[in-house]
Amino acid sequence: MSGDEPQMQHVIGRPELPPWEQADSVGIVETKSFTFAEPPNELPLDSGARLGPITLAYETYGELDERKRNAVLLCHALSGDAHVAGYQSPSDRKPGWWDGMVGPGKAFDTRRYFVVCPNCIGGCRGSTGPSSVNPATGRRYGRDFPVVTMADMVRAQKALIDHLGIETLLTVVGGSLGGMQVLEWAINYPDRIWTAIPIATTPRLTAQGIAFNVVGRQAILDDPNYRDGDYYEGELPTRGLAIARMLGHITYLSDESMRQKFGRQLRDKNDYSYEFDVDFEVESYLKHQGQSFVERFDANSYLYITRAMDYFDLAGKHGSLDAAFRGVRARFLVIAFSSDWLYPPYQSKEIVSALRANCAHFSYYEIPSNYGHDAFLLERARISRVISDFLALNYARALDEERH
Amino acid sequence: MSPTTSRGRLRPDLLEIAALIEPGTRVLDLGCGEGELMAHLESARGVTARGIEVKPERVVDCVAQGLAVCQGNIDDGLQDYEDGSFDYVVLSLILHLVSRPGLVVQEMLRVGRRGIVSIPNFGYWRIRLGLLARGRVPRAGCFKDPWYTTPTGHVMALNDFRDFCGESGIRIEQERFVASGGPVSRALAWALPNTFAQLGIYVVSRSPAGR
Repeated sequence: MSGDEPQMQHVIGRPELPPWEQADSVGIVETKSFTFAEPPNELPLDSGARLGPITLAYETYGELDERKRNAVLLCHALSGDAHVAGYQSPSDRKPGWWDGMVGPGKAFDTRRYFVVCPNCIGGCRGSTGPSSVNPATGRRYGRDFPVVTMADMVRAQKALIDHLGIETLLTVVGGSLGGMQVLEWAINYPDRIWTAIPIATTPRLTAQGIAFNVVGRQAILDDPNYRDGDYYEGELPTRGLAIARMLGHITYLSDESMRQKFGRQLRDKNDYSYEFDVDFEVESYLKHQGQSFVERFDANSYLYITRAMDYFDLAGKHGSLDAAFRGVRARFLVIAFSSDWLYPPYQSKEIVSALRANCAHFSYYEIPSNYGHDAFLLERARISRVISDFLALNYARALDEERH
Repeated sequence: MSPTTSRGRLRPDLLEIAALIEPGTRVLDLGCGEGELMAHLESARGVTARGIEVKPERVVDCVAQGLAVCQGNIDDGLQDYEDGSFDYVVLSLILHLVSRPGLVVQEMLRVGRRGIVSIPNFGYWRIRLGLLARGRVPRAGCFKDPWYTTPTGHVMALNDFRDFCGESGIRIEQERFVASGGPVSRALAWALPNTFAQLGIYVVSRSPAGR
């Protein structure tokens, strides 16, 4: 969720080599793009609107095997993007947002699997979204961009998977927002995936989840620079977006992890300022998170993506959660984290319950962790182990079986 | 008796349980541990196995074998499981560890058409003798570890379990006994299980009158 969380550094094999030349790095990578849904064949959206042309920015790592059975689709979280692993240039300070998981010998072992990660539509990191230029007007969409849903995002991803010639994905995996997309995949395209790995996610946004989004959006909408979303030519609504991000970050941590990370530590001082400057470490951390976020994220995208999350409700859409999962064929590995209070384990258990009602093959793994929702980025060792085993077995199964 | 076994060889009581399960059925293993029984049932008997395990690291072991295991605590009940959704529900050396054994057995027989329960026998002669002779809880049979390092919540003799079944309207359809040692101990265990068996295995169902 937080693309700028400090990366857990993996063991550097040869210190004389730069990180992108290490044996377990995918190296220098480039973001590709795929454009489809050219008018008049625009993509029909859940809202009834149509969107086209659509460009998806995506990265791939590893090679597709001969029978095209080793493809992994990775779905990023709210602030993530297509750049999962490796470095885009030697001057990059940090690798992609899940570099610890993708690379030679890692959980998504790029010597065995072909990993694809597209930026979602509505985003601002290369895929078509509100900050893209609308070819029909020659101006940026802004608020003219249609509201997209989780299912719309997945429809666009499927177009990319078709384009890459992949009939059946070995797995679709993602945390948080990405996990919601995993569920949409399993439900909407049951014949196109072998397995699904939803992590730290929910089958529907609860009132609390919507409430956090509401406050984040309100901060943006009330920023004087927001100007109904038509701000691209002038000052950006950075204050509102930064506040939205600060709030978001609180929900990604936990009481325990904040106590451990910051406690009541003061920032570069021994006493209170008796002013409203930055006194506390936690104050400084959140401010920093807010400020660095506005450099790489578009306020309108924040509105659109959080709206897609608000509307995400599989039970509402299909009548009941059991009904939603009725046709699933994938084997599931559902992962939750004990201290996640944004999408607490009970919400993953609702997924599990619906899978059980449909006699699906699933495992549910609840990782004890103090890191809160961010655990899905930080509990790398535990997630790696279970995923690499799960993938290896199911890859063998996918190679063995012919699907009828 | 240790809950785990060296890989590759199934614990004797689990082999007995596996032999009681008809091929091609649906089995729920409560407290499935590292999934030894499930893996055996799936590969050797064509069973569709599902498991519940409370320890996260053991869930990972199960996933690594391709098993379908749900992390959870059976003391919380089986609310999410539909009535009669399994042919067998297994409690292998788990019943004495749960906090409300009676409830767990009722839940087991709601979800499964049959239950298979294995329990360590506190009536085993060496335990009786040890208690009598030394005045201390002996470490024998299935009770090898000292009281302060085991999570054991309940002790019962095989006859205690039989009494419980009788009082609760539970029918014992089949029973097996495990005793270490040669043919003599096995014969004794069969003749006088409450005294000579180290553990008992029971196939139970709701008796028609108990419904």
